[in-house]
Amino acid sequence: MTGTTTGTGVWTGTAAAEDVARLTAATADLERITHAPVRDVTLPGGVGTLALVTLDNGFDHTRPTTLGPNGLAEIAATLRAQQARAAAGEIAAVAVTGKPYYLAAGADLRIMGRLTSEDDARTIARMGHDTYRLLREMGVPTFAFVNGAALGGGLEIALACTYRTVSADVSALALPETYLGLVPGWGGCYEVPRLVGIEAAVDLVLSRPLANNRRTDAATAAATGLVDVALHPADFLEQSVAWAGRVLSGEVEVPRRALDDAATWDAVVAAAHAQLDRRLHGARRAPYAALELLAAARDSDVETAYAAEDEALTELLMTDELRAGLYAFDLVTRRSRKPTGAPDRALARPVRSVGIVGAGLMARQLAVLVARRLRVPVLMTEVDDERVVAGLEGIRTMVEQMARKGRMSEAEANRVVGSIGISTDIGTLAGVDLAIEAVTEVMGVKQQVFAALEKIIDPEAVLATNTSALSVAEMSGHLEHPERVVGLHFFNPVAQMPLVEVVRAERSSDAAVATAFAVAEQLRKTAVGVADRPGFVVNRLLLRMLAEVASAVEAGTPVEVADRALRPLGLPMGPFALMQLVGLPVALHVLRSLHEDLGDRYPLSPGLERLAAEGRRVVPEADGSGREQDVDPSIQEVFGEPGRAGALDETGVLDAVLTGLAEEVGLMLDEGVVSEPEQVDLCMVLGAGWPLHLGGITPHLDRSGHAERALGRRLHEPGVAGLR
Amino acid sequence: MPTAAAPFHGRPVVFVDGVRTPFGRARPDGIYGHTRADDLAVRTVRELLRRHPALPPERIDDVAIAATTQRGDQGLTLGRTVGVLAGLPETVPGFAVDRMCAGAMTAVTATAAAIGVGAQDVVLAGGVEHMGRHPMGFDADPNPRFMAERLVDAQALNMGCTAENLHDRDPGLTRDRADQYGVASQRKYAEALASGRITPDLVPVATRDPERGWGLATADEPPRPGTTVEQIRALPTPFRPGGRVTAGTAAPLTDGAAMCVLAAEDAAGELGLAPRMRMVSFAYAGVDPAVMGLGPVPSTRKALQRAGLGIEDIGLFEINEAFAVQVLAFCDAFGLADDDPRVNPYGGAIAVGHPLASSGVRLMTQLARQFEEHPEVRYGLTTMCVGLGQGGTVVWENPHHPDYEGFTGPKEAQR
Repeated sequence: MTGTTTGTGVWTGTAAAEDVARLTAATADLERITHAPVRDVTLPGGVGTLALVTLDNGFDHTRPTTLGPNGLAEIAATLRAQQARAAAGEIAAVAVTGKPYYLAAGADLRIMGRLTSEDDARTIARMGHDTYRLLREMGVPTFAFVNGAALGGGLEIALACTYRTVSADVSALALPETYLGLVPGWGGCYEVPRLVGIEAAVDLVLSRPLANNRRTDAATAAATGLVDVALHPADFLEQSVAWAGRVLSGEVEVPRRALDDAATWDAVVAAAHAQLDRRLHGARRAPYAALELLAAARDSDVETAYAAEDEALTELLMTDELRAGLYAFDLVTRRSRKPTGAPDRALARPVRSVGIVGAGLMARQLAVLVARRLRVPVLMTEVDDERVVAGLEGIRTMVEQMARKGRMSEAEANRVVGSIGISTDIGTLAGVDLAIEAVTEVMGVKQQVFAALEKIIDPEAVLATNTSALSVAEMSGHLEHPERVVGLHFFNPVAQMPLVEVVRAERSSDAAVATAFAVAEQLRKTAVGVADRPGFVVNRLLLRMLAEVASAVEAGTPVEVADRALRPLGLPMGPFALMQLVGLPVALHVLRSLHEDLGDRYPLSPGLERLAAEGRRVVPEADGSGREQDVDPSIQEVFGEPGRAGALDETGVLDAVLTGLAEEVGLMLDEGVVSEPEQVDLCMVLGAGWPLHLGGITPHLDRSGHAERALGRRLHEPGVAGLR
Repeated sequence: MPTAAAPFHGRPVVFVDGVRTPFGRARPDGIYGHTRADDLAVRTVRELLRRHPALPPERIDDVAIAATTQRGDQGLTLGRTVGVLAGLPETVPGFAVDRMCAGAMTAVTATAAAIGVGAQDVVLAGGVEHMGRHPMGFDADPNPRFMAERLVDAQALNMGCTAENLHDRDPGLTRDRADQYGVASQRKYAEALASGRITPDLVPVATRDPERGWGLATADEPPRPGTTVEQIRALPTPFRPGGRVTAGTAAPLTDGAAMCVLAAEDAAGELGLAPRMRMVSFAYAGVDPAVMGLGPVPSTRKALQRAGLGIEDIGLFEINEAFAVQVLAFCDAFGLADDDPRVNPYGGAIAVGHPLASSGVRLMTQLARQFEEHPEVRYGLTTMCVGLGQGGTVVWENPHHPDYEGFTGPKEAQR
């Protein structure tokens, strides 16, 4: 063994040594430091010695290798030592690989989210470049043996090498920076388009992160040229070394694609810009910053490009957009695993069969999900034979479609369909451990269903309602055992939406609530416990937003102004598109119910009622392009002539919406719907798709000042989900 | 005129090729201290497939892999798990084998027999032993009747003691002869390594150490080149005070795996797989467990008798060196000199190590290489002693010998 990792020496590069010293000292306690030991390997074919560097933070695969200032310092020290050996002719090549399952999972986000000054931000940006530059300027060929996940800075270290192998089982290659609010700023924006072409680069740097952070697998990476060769995982490292030997001996030649011509480059960048505008309307800085860097990569020299990346990172590291993004990312990844307020899971009752009352659209989706994940018999009931047949047919079609798309095997599809039965006799549900009602949202009907169920099922069995806004207490008040009733509010489409609101009514027992949480977990959903208040979290806030928009329109604000007004938030869709997606009659049904329970904060909208009554759309039919749908201007007529005295401009509508949301969040916290703003944000990100850069919503309400103005207080301590 | 072997009963079986991992010292800081046993075996399977692109993996009819301790990373039916892990098609079955030290040898003879009766065409056979993770006899639960009824001597379960017993049995088997033999083994191995006769059979293994990162094992770790008689004369005798067996005359505890491809001669011809050896006969025999090192003597007699050959017909011997004294006892029984150049020309387990259930295929792989170097030799044998008083022997024929009849390789290669 040669080389040493003890003592990282004085920093050399674009980052100032004293800045590096200050930052590494300041973060040493927080950082899970990645080490970079090196061992010499004899290359086959007599081509010399390979210095093999392993990135390893010393923990098992549950603690991915990440890159912070101290880790970068160790890696740089190792690489500098190899540079000297290369100059002395001791080694023929350098390779970088990782501990099992990870090359590296990117920058240490805990540290990125706690930088306190622009100087520190610039220092960490430069440290990355300085470290990776050592690979480019090694003096001998460098290789990345991508043995596992390579995300963000972890992929960029591979891109800095001359050649790359990847283990064929790797599925997590990605540059997720723009998803969080950063840019691939340790060489990624420069190297990727030059390596794989501008079109594939836009896909990797922008499209995939913005499509719910999708990742790239080894086969795709090899096909696009992101890596040079995918090798079988059974002897990946051995064959990577052998491949490196063949490259060095000239036996293997690695083709590189020519740089795209300027016209192609510019056209792709322009198209990507238009796509971003349609999607974000400029609401977020990071994707645009990344696109600017990609645009410049063709004609820029490496040092100019690195300097531009440094500046982009410095700017973005010190934004609320990033801090809120990191806060929300932490919520949906780490903190969602331990639901707040869930009773001891030991209290949960075993669920060996599930009953579902109703076989409509929602009920069918629930049945399939339960059959897939819980792997227990599902017994459904409907009121007549016609609906039984329709239900079974719908389930079969749904499952066949999933099988066709490869989401489940044929055998699994057979099992799922075979484990679901529908009957007109509610008595068939007598033996179930959990019965979920998914009938129409009418209190009287739901009460009747529970009353009927209580007569036949075991006294210990849990009853759940999938209501989206009705009171669970009222639904169960007439029962002999109301304590076993909980709410299990799923979102549509059930298979895709990751959230379940677990509603605890006043009399719900710990056992019933624990069972609901346990079932949600087995269904692989994120459960958030909420109190039995109208609309719970997601619908209460979504409808408050829609109600503010509707009331602005009713007061004379032009529908197009109201529709555009929320664009600065970067929500997944505009308010009218959302109404259309939910279904206007359904949205109005919930609105009326909230109006009844919560009063004038949820005003009724005669205009919308008329549109619903006439069965009209509020946005035009989708044109298939996937672009966001704007409001249909023709609906203006139901709201009367626009521009009356009460009309608002875009700023006014946005202000009204944010004020309304701040007020509502404050009331929800006061009422104990959830105990902390974190739960509100978790619900809005997972249940409504609200964006990470808003932090869900509450960090944004702090940042915009609406919390302070509406509530007289902030929702978070300064620095928790924003810069200050 | 030398004797020709009696024909093999059934379809002739050929040894197509064998490889092994570098052997490591069975210690926490040995090269495989952090490497799984099944992963070692996987590397050998992958290497054989890579060396023989003419062999379609789906044509492999069975995978037989031996281990003496079949639990943990050596449990769960190695032949199947290793096949799956190595990426063999799911249609390829596998099983696990145990005859202690002769595990891999038994994997070879059992599958050869299946080929011989026409049940199979091509097989993988080999063994693995990670003695660092699976110390010899760990967690064994010998039936108390062994002792109560004196079925075996109390010392028969300790291999070192059985080696001392061999010294006792024949005063002519002196410590000095054993020491000379041990030193010669180290010297012969070092010469074979230097002349490029060892490394071609090795498959490199990536090894990870949590502190030092990834490395690549490319060479055997146990050998102690330059060992002199003076050095080992001073070594202690751990198995008995005043005994004769030392670390210098015993195989070290070792981690490693070895694997080979066997095929019916006609299938090898069909697939264009050149044979490196052809099986002539094999035999196993039992002896008093207290002197288990004698095992190769009766098993060799039996195998030769079945082959219709005499000891004088054998031009090369690969005998496993569990202990020097056991090789010497074999030589004495067959009238071979201690330094007979036909015996273990590349040195043996005293130098390279003895990962129990894998050693049988190492012997075969080395004999195959020696056959290439010695076309004048028509027959050779591989033999080894086995714990609890057994021996095993396989007699092989050299396809490079002028009198060899049968498929010797694809036409292009012969031109």
